[in-house]
Amino acid sequence: METTITVNGEPRTLDLDPRTTLLDALREHLRLTGSKKGCDHGQCGACTVLVNGLRINACLSLAVMHDGDEVVTIEGLGRPEKLHPMQQAFLTEDAFQCGYCTPGQICSAMGMLAELEAGAPSHAAGDVAARPALSEAEIRERMSGNICRCSAYPQIVDAIMRYAREESVAS
Amino acid sequence: MRPFTYERAADPQAAVKAAAEIPGARFIAGGTNLLDLMKLEIERPAHLIDVGRLPLAAIEDTPDGGLRIGAMATNSRVAADPRVRGRYPVLAQAIVSGASGQLRNKASTGGNLLQRTRCPYFYDTRKPCNKRQPGAGCAALEGINREHAILGASDACIAVHPSDMAVAMVALDAEVLTLSPSGDERRLPLSELHRLPGETPHIETQLAPGELITTVILPPPAAGAQTYRKVRDRASYATALSSIAVAGGRIAFGGLAPKPWRAATAEAALAAGAAPQEAMAAELEQARSAGHNTFKITLTARLGATVIAETQASAR
Repeated sequence: METTITVNGEPRTLDLDPRTTLLDALREHLRLTGSKKGCDHGQCGACTVLVNGLRINACLSLAVMHDGDEVVTIEGLGRPEKLHPMQQAFLTEDAFQCGYCTPGQICSAMGMLAELEAGAPSHAAGDVAARPALSEAEIRERMSGNICRCSAYPQIVDAIMRYAREESVAS
Repeated sequence: MRPFTYERAADPQAAVKAAAEIPGARFIAGGTNLLDLMKLEIERPAHLIDVGRLPLAAIEDTPDGGLRIGAMATNSRVAADPRVRGRYPVLAQAIVSGASGQLRNKASTGGNLLQRTRCPYFYDTRKPCNKRQPGAGCAALEGINREHAILGASDACIAVHPSDMAVAMVALDAEVLTLSPSGDERRLPLSELHRLPGETPHIETQLAPGELITTVILPPPAAGAQTYRKVRDRASYATALSSIAVAGGRIAFGGLAPKPWRAATAEAALAAGAAPQEAMAAELEQARSAGHNTFKITLTARLGATVIAETQASAR
């Protein structure tokens, strides 16, 4: 099936078996291997990408469902010679060991902060009607869909807090 | 994953028509549950009808002060809607206590209602399961069943319905609108959408083949405070061991039964002047342990009594 997806700003047309997940389309067909396949069942978050600005699990979505959509992967956020400030914050805070979950953590963090800035509620707040404020508790709750088996969670929280502070996001 | 064909439905009428005409067809919206099950070959549709972009995602006020939620509205959008947060906080609380941010951004309202159980024996295709293979038997009966049902189960199936959202909606007296392949629309109480397993646990809802949920209707909120509280093994991203939604005098439980459990016995006892603890004892008279889940009976008695009392107090 012919499917056109704008990936990191560039329209890409692919002829795909309908079974191809968005994750496999990115990794196997477009050779964008930054997004990782961890569990392939939406439990670990390593495949998190931004679709039309929203973070989703790329493994639990068919590529053909995304015809016309705009996808941003870790490769679209930063490059080795020009890191995204969130990538730099993860380095500064030592927010990973093996690094396998990191692209998903970073894409998820970007989507998460946009949700927080838009005022979306979370389970961390007592009052769902109130506007949420950035806090470590909010980050932990909102990032619970991203597993880190090296258990760098405290540093991941620190990295996201650093980025938000330095970039004046969700403040 | 088994091979399948795929189409994007042009409109709701075309979607239900295709679902009725094409053997083995299934609707897909967010896909977060269906694709997971297709990878495990528990779900094996021959054809997918993508309904995710149908114009059924609006959230609109009804003239009587209620709310119409389109079946394709994502869980994130419903939870973030100011009218939901202001008038139906129990629903926003329930949604944000379920799944993860990534899943809620994709999962639809209709799909959340129709998601399948997370029973590990349903997921393990090497084990017998009457839901997967009618008549095969139930491995959970003799298995590790601490997550399983204490209410509404049968000898054929003790799996629980995993939704948080649906529990709040049942406490809010929600109704479901559907479209049938014949073009007929019908409206039924959400509390009647899901069936108890009985001898046929593979038949999970009252929907006919090809029937599509198009809308959930919330009536104006009942007088009184609202609360959703969930008890689970982890602080986040885990299904409920027991959860409760209270909306005024209406009460529903999650994690305990094959469907969102409206606690009619407890509600009647409270209306007759019983204390929360007494009302919960009355509700749980019908509770049955499967072996490892006896703790759920005690847990739910305490959770229910506490949350009902707190909700009553906060409404005064």
